[in-house]
Amino acid sequence: MSQDSLFVLNTDGPPGEAANQVGALEPALLLDGEHDLCPGCGEPVAIRLLLEVIEELACAQRSIGVVGIGCYTAFTGLIDVDLIQALHGRAPSVATGAKRMRPDSLLFTLQGDGDMVSEGLQEVIHTAARGESVTCVLLNNGVFGETGGHMTATTALGQRTKNSLEGRDAAYHGHPIPIAELLVPLGGAAYVARGSVADARGVVRTKNLLRRAFEVQLAGQGFSFVEILTMCPTGWFVPTAEGPGYLDEVLGAGQRLGELKGAADPAV
Amino acid sequence: MTTVESRGTLRIDVERCKGCELCIPACPPSVLRMSAERNTKGAAYPLLAPGCTGCGACLLVCPDFCFEVYQYRDPVLHEVSP
Amino acid sequence: MTRALMEGSEAIAAAAIAAGCRFFAGYPMTPFTELLENFASKLPDVGGVCINAESELEAIGMAWGALATGARAATGSTGQGIALMQESLSEITRAELPLVLFHMARGQGDYLQATRGGGHGDYRQIVYAPIDVSEAVGLTQLAFDRADHWRNPVQIYGDYLLAHTSEAVDVAPPNLDSTAASKPWAVDGSLGGSGRSRNLNPLGMEKGSKGIDPESFWKRLQRKHEEIERCEARLESESTDDAELLIVAFGSLARFARYVVRELRSEGARVGYARPITLWPFPKRELAEAAGNVRRIAVLEQNAGQMIDDVQLSVMGRVPVVGIGEISSDPAGFGMGPLLDPSAVRERVESALREQEVAR
Repeated sequence: MSQDSLFVLNTDGPPGEAANQVGALEPALLLDGEHDLCPGCGEPVAIRLLLEVIEELACAQRSIGVVGIGCYTAFTGLIDVDLIQALHGRAPSVATGAKRMRPDSLLFTLQGDGDMVSEGLQEVIHTAARGESVTCVLLNNGVFGETGGHMTATTALGQRTKNSLEGRDAAYHGHPIPIAELLVPLGGAAYVARGSVADARGVVRTKNLLRRAFEVQLAGQGFSFVEILTMCPTGWFVPTAEGPGYLDEVLGAGQRLGELKGAADPAV
Repeated sequence: MTTVESRGTLRIDVERCKGCELCIPACPPSVLRMSAERNTKGAAYPLLAPGCTGCGACLLVCPDFCFEVYQYRDPVLHEVSP
Repeated sequence: MTRALMEGSEAIAAAAIAAGCRFFAGYPMTPFTELLENFASKLPDVGGVCINAESELEAIGMAWGALATGARAATGSTGQGIALMQESLSEITRAELPLVLFHMARGQGDYLQATRGGGHGDYRQIVYAPIDVSEAVGLTQLAFDRADHWRNPVQIYGDYLLAHTSEAVDVAPPNLDSTAASKPWAVDGSLGGSGRSRNLNPLGMEKGSKGIDPESFWKRLQRKHEEIERCEARLESESTDDAELLIVAFGSLARFARYVVRELRSEGARVGYARPITLWPFPKRELAEAAGNVRRIAVLEQNAGQMIDDVQLSVMGRVPVVGIGEISSDPAGFGMGPLLDPSAVRERVESALREQEVAR
């Protein structure tokens, strides 16, 4: 059997036969242009979900995003939602001030783990405790990607980064901080969830978590939080195709996926 | 000759692809394979074989927004060499 | 509003609210704390928001968010807390947000912090140093106006004495142009999905761009600051025409200096008085003019010598400048030192008149 003869389908344009488009090339809230994030990066996969949910909730014209500083910051040039750029770690306080003045807005933060859990740990905790009606979204790949792939407060034990080349060692580097679990006991935190974009099933489930988090905000139920585990093959020193596997086995090892608090249906 | 049924198909923007290959293992019927050719970025890109179901898994996992996914109204049959 | 006896912190908060301030966040620290208390009690009455932030960094972050949506917003602290806010102060200036910052200092040792800033990069903020509660009311309202006009932060430099002195003041909404001006740059979500959505950021980045454009952005900011410097300097001066000695002071201590100079004048001494109202832009030209005929300038400040450099720069060596102040504080370190006393000030001015070494 000739391998080459199997792969002959034309994918240059839409099909000639009658067909329904079930998946658009890009989310509606993405501006034209290509991003410069690494091959195999999980962040665009996660951000796509965020933009699709905003569109599906018909909230594009009332959404305000407060963006931290990390690899994803460069992506913001393509996000067609009103944004405020904050300092490293400081998006939650900016989001608080903005939401208090614009209570009808859909207010979210977009932050990496280095931003939110290293530099900005107190900000997200206080914002959650106060029950601010915002949604904090964490893109967690366990590295400071933008500065070259160094260890953060969420780097998993055994995870390889530029300054933990043998893998994070509890005795030498200390333990990571499970920020989602830290937020669960806080009275103001209405919804806390963790998803992963390592595979298609994880992507679908993560989108549902984001939708639910925004619904919690829109219903005025308090602070909502979604952590999204994303691949960083560059920071992890693995080939791009091995990113999802490394995410499952190392970054995500022992991490509970799903709704940690505030599930509408506890069985989910 | 064998007949393979495609219930769906794709439009692939190959110039956007960075060759990360995440779509390959994501495809449930395994009908994607990386090309031997390179796009203008110098990256290999996915090619589609018959058997697509239009599930959209490739679109879900692609970081570079390369896929447009279609489901045929009536399944399309492809004759392929055994 | 009618004339009422108000403590400084109360009057400043009332003035800010009358000027349209609807958001305040702060962290308690002497002598800023009462300002936070007053905003906390008054803002809800006008539908505004006051948040007790859990740190100074979060306080200025919250003000940043409120400003970004187009609200008139303020924060503040004392020197140590202002120190924590430096990165944000620099970036808020770059993001061209009209923050009003109440810098309630423990004396006058924060002059360099207020005027030079400890933040990174090139940035400038107008700094008003009121002499008393009445002037603080007017300058607070002017601060919101100038902040909006220039899209630039403005500081009010006050201190413990100002915060806790009670005076009869009239706090009314100001009659200044910019109060009702619209802010098309404000982020309200409305441009989402339009292809022209906003990205309010401190780097001048536009949507669709791949990075900052230093040539256009940074330099435009520089030119704006140069224009502010040309337009906004303010100086108060008295009896300078035939003065042989000019006393220069700012803020609360200037109240004592002015009093002493008037007293000595009435006794025939040829002494004049000049007070920068703006610490930045420092009124160099105005001060040089006021010092036109004097033989000596004596700078009275409650620190180890901070404003004296700006005085030197104003006269460019033409007139000798000497410092007759010093660090002066109380056992709690709040800046209520023995120098804040007419006799102590008079002694120093008299020594300067006699061209003697100041007895310290």
